[in-house]
Amino acid sequence: MEHYNMNLTLKVWKQKNSKAKGSFETYQVKNISSEMSFLEMFDVLNEQLIEENKEPIAFDHDCREGICGMCSMYINGQAHGPWQQNTTCQLHMRAFKDGDTIVVEPWRSRAFPVIRDLVVDRTSFDRIIQAGGYISVNTGNAVDANALPIDKKDADAAFMAAACIGCGACVATCKNGSAMLFTSAKVSQLALLPQGAPERESRVLNMVAQMDKEGFGNCTNTYACEAECPKGISVSNIARMNREFLSAELNSED
Amino acid sequence: MDSKIPHGEMDKKWDDYKGHVKLVNPANKRKLEVIVVGTGLAGASAAASLGEMGYKVKTFCFQDSPRRAHSIAAQGGINAAKNYQNDGDSIFRLFYDTVKGGDYRAREANVHRLAEVSAAIIDQCVAQGVPFAREYGGLLSNRSFGGTQVQRTFYAAGQTGQQLLLGAYSALERQVALGNVTQYSRHEMLDVVTIDGKARGIIARDMVTGELERHFGHAVLLCTGGYGNVFYLSTNAMGSNVTAAWKAHKKGAYFGNPCFTQIHPTCIPVTGDHQSKLTLMSESLRNDGRIWVPKAKDDKRKAIDIPEEERDYYLERRYPAFGNLVPRDVASRAAKERCDAGYGVGTTKLAVYLDFADAIKRYGKIEAGKTGNHHPSDEEAIGLGKAVVKEKYGNLFEMYDKITGENPYEMPMRIYPAVHYTMGGLWVDYELQTTVPGLYALGEANFSDHGANRLGASALMQGLADGYFVIPYTLGNYLADEIRVNAIPTDHPAFVETEKAVADRLNALMNIKGTESVESFHKRLGKIMWDKCGMARNEQGLKEAIVEIQQLRKEFWSNVKIPGEVNEFNTELDKAGRVADFIELGELMCIDALNRNESCGGHFREESQTEDGEAKRDDENFSYVAAWEYKNDSNWELNKEELNFEIVKPTQRSYK
Repeated sequence: MEHYNMNLTLKVWKQKNSKAKGSFETYQVKNISSEMSFLEMFDVLNEQLIEENKEPIAFDHDCREGICGMCSMYINGQAHGPWQQNTTCQLHMRAFKDGDTIVVEPWRSRAFPVIRDLVVDRTSFDRIIQAGGYISVNTGNAVDANALPIDKKDADAAFMAAACIGCGACVATCKNGSAMLFTSAKVSQLALLPQGAPERESRVLNMVAQMDKEGFGNCTNTYACEAECPKGISVSNIARMNREFLSAELNSED
Repeated sequence: MDSKIPHGEMDKKWDDYKGHVKLVNPANKRKLEVIVVGTGLAGASAAASLGEMGYKVKTFCFQDSPRRAHSIAAQGGINAAKNYQNDGDSIFRLFYDTVKGGDYRAREANVHRLAEVSAAIIDQCVAQGVPFAREYGGLLSNRSFGGTQVQRTFYAAGQTGQQLLLGAYSALERQVALGNVTQYSRHEMLDVVTIDGKARGIIARDMVTGELERHFGHAVLLCTGGYGNVFYLSTNAMGSNVTAAWKAHKKGAYFGNPCFTQIHPTCIPVTGDHQSKLTLMSESLRNDGRIWVPKAKDDKRKAIDIPEEERDYYLERRYPAFGNLVPRDVASRAAKERCDAGYGVGTTKLAVYLDFADAIKRYGKIEAGKTGNHHPSDEEAIGLGKAVVKEKYGNLFEMYDKITGENPYEMPMRIYPAVHYTMGGLWVDYELQTTVPGLYALGEANFSDHGANRLGASALMQGLADGYFVIPYTLGNYLADEIRVNAIPTDHPAFVETEKAVADRLNALMNIKGTESVESFHKRLGKIMWDKCGMARNEQGLKEAIVEIQQLRKEFWSNVKIPGEVNEFNTELDKAGRVADFIELGELMCIDALNRNESCGGHFREESQTEDGEAKRDDENFSYVAAWEYKNDSNWELNKEELNFEIVKPTQRSYK
């Protein structure tokens, strides 16, 4: 790969706390290497701001290898930026060229209030999992792992759904702020596996109810979530969740 | 120090212990409060299991959700002595491999217990819905990892840690929903509160508001991971830190073998000064990838233009029995040796090739054979083989491509060793209790199971063993005597004083108002550590490092610059506290490395090597765990736990 350096203009959302009014600030960064990751470019900017006695920009990040789901920047109108199936931390500066202007915003959704600058509160996702995103098996209850053979096809499909990193790009991207892709990924994973069968109906009903309670919007099948999902979680999970939901409702005794 | 190893035969110790350990009845469990700091594999599994048992649990993590803990990034797999492959595996073999792999610096009884509970971990995870890789018959699939000759590693593509953590996380969230666990995210533990010599709680900082909080617990469990970020560049997450363990150390918990660091052989090389972290390419790749450098120095040709006979597959050459699957410490040193000798590749010359061309062809021929095509053309075989390799390692290949912009299906990966894991950690006894009663350390945060070198796919095993199957038993043995202790109100003077000390330190940091950023100090520390306490260490370098770190510490406390305010969301302040602790730890690591005048596992003292450059142990003088007791600034006392090997007799480790 040929490497190059670039100068960039950044327009970044600044917001002191959840109650304050936010606004865009403009920054210039120079000599950014095409080999840097997007967050390393932010490191450079923050070091520069500290040097200039200005407030650095708060942003969430941790593993920087695309798996923890903590990073969450809305870059030039796209969750996690221009590359497909990619997180912000894995986005590299070779995606940009000298002289570019880059606009960076936090995830925007009613259910993800801004904490500061680009940092948002995603604890609503934890509460959706608490509503039923598990199999009720206490430690020590398990039978031998090979006692229950599982069709490779189902196991692979469950894995594909389980690959969700819980970053919230689907919500941030959706014009309705829907969490259907996130919720359906967990519902699908557990519905595809025989271990998930005993709680199959209560799980989907409770998780969907919690999702609604948190203020996430409805799904209107635009599929923007799938297009922006860094892990390629398929919207077929949403279809599966809808089927699970309908069948659970029909069987519901209430 | 009493390691509390039960008496009796090695393979009976754990059963005997469980049969005689004190129990807490269900009604009393409801009155006992347990604090769990850190929510990775060890913390989440411990908190979920203790919640299920009926204890009142509080968890703390600095991330925005327990699901983000860095266990999530573990790629390759988890070991278990299931012997599903009928290839001769057993509890004894896993135990033996782990003790040998750790270069005879681990405690045998702990390792044996680890091997004993390993199989139940797989059962538990499958029951939780963890989607491990399976064969077409529907049964679980296995692969090999370094340092072993059996296939005992269970995996979920290159995302095993993610799937295991999400399993433990979901069990934890279930307990939160049931009201047995209260979860505190974006909270950082800044001190342990001790009363009458026992751990009784913590002081935590709400990282959103900056407020300090007091939390009581009858016991405190630290599941806070390793301290590889002392080197600045490592494969750890940006937030991984030693602060919780370090505070415990300064409150009386001994620190075991701090210099034992694992440098992982297969990471993506550093590209420049901007680098903020390093990315691992799973050890599982060494199953199929062949490691080589050109036979000629400074060979400028592209890898694919270098013919077979001009390549040096140096691991296969030096270690024919294990080949590319030698343990990590051996593979890392061999890479360093080739690069230091001038055979490195890439722009920095600090890299070697990890090549999949042979594996792609081999798999392609097998696939073609399945359809009756026994003489496929190279092109056909390569096409089919790429699909097989993609299924096995697809996400890793993509990650490599994203970071480097190069396609590893077409040209070999370039890799170099990087700091990955720390075998050292808080000293614990057989019950995982530190030298402070009521204070426990689980997972990577303790020192106990991996000796001087951890085998691949054993970190996940240990984290979950500690959390699911060890602490639920051993904690009861302590808490059984605590049932008469009512929850201590947090206006107790010990809480007030500890909180004040924490607040004073935060204010002291804010008031320095110097000129150099936290990041800059961290980088400087990392450079000292990597150069002088890294893959190779010697007396002179370590002595210099100690002086340099002491100097760096003075500079830090007089010149660090932290913007913002103390009572607000302030990531620079968070980092400053952690770097201050890393600086102190760095000094202790160098002191420990200087004291241990032998080579063992990942600790390579240049003064102590065999004729052919392998690590040379000195069992006569160093067959002990170095457990350091904090006295005061830059002053530690060495305590020794002698290691007695009843079963696996120490020999010069050989993988030839």
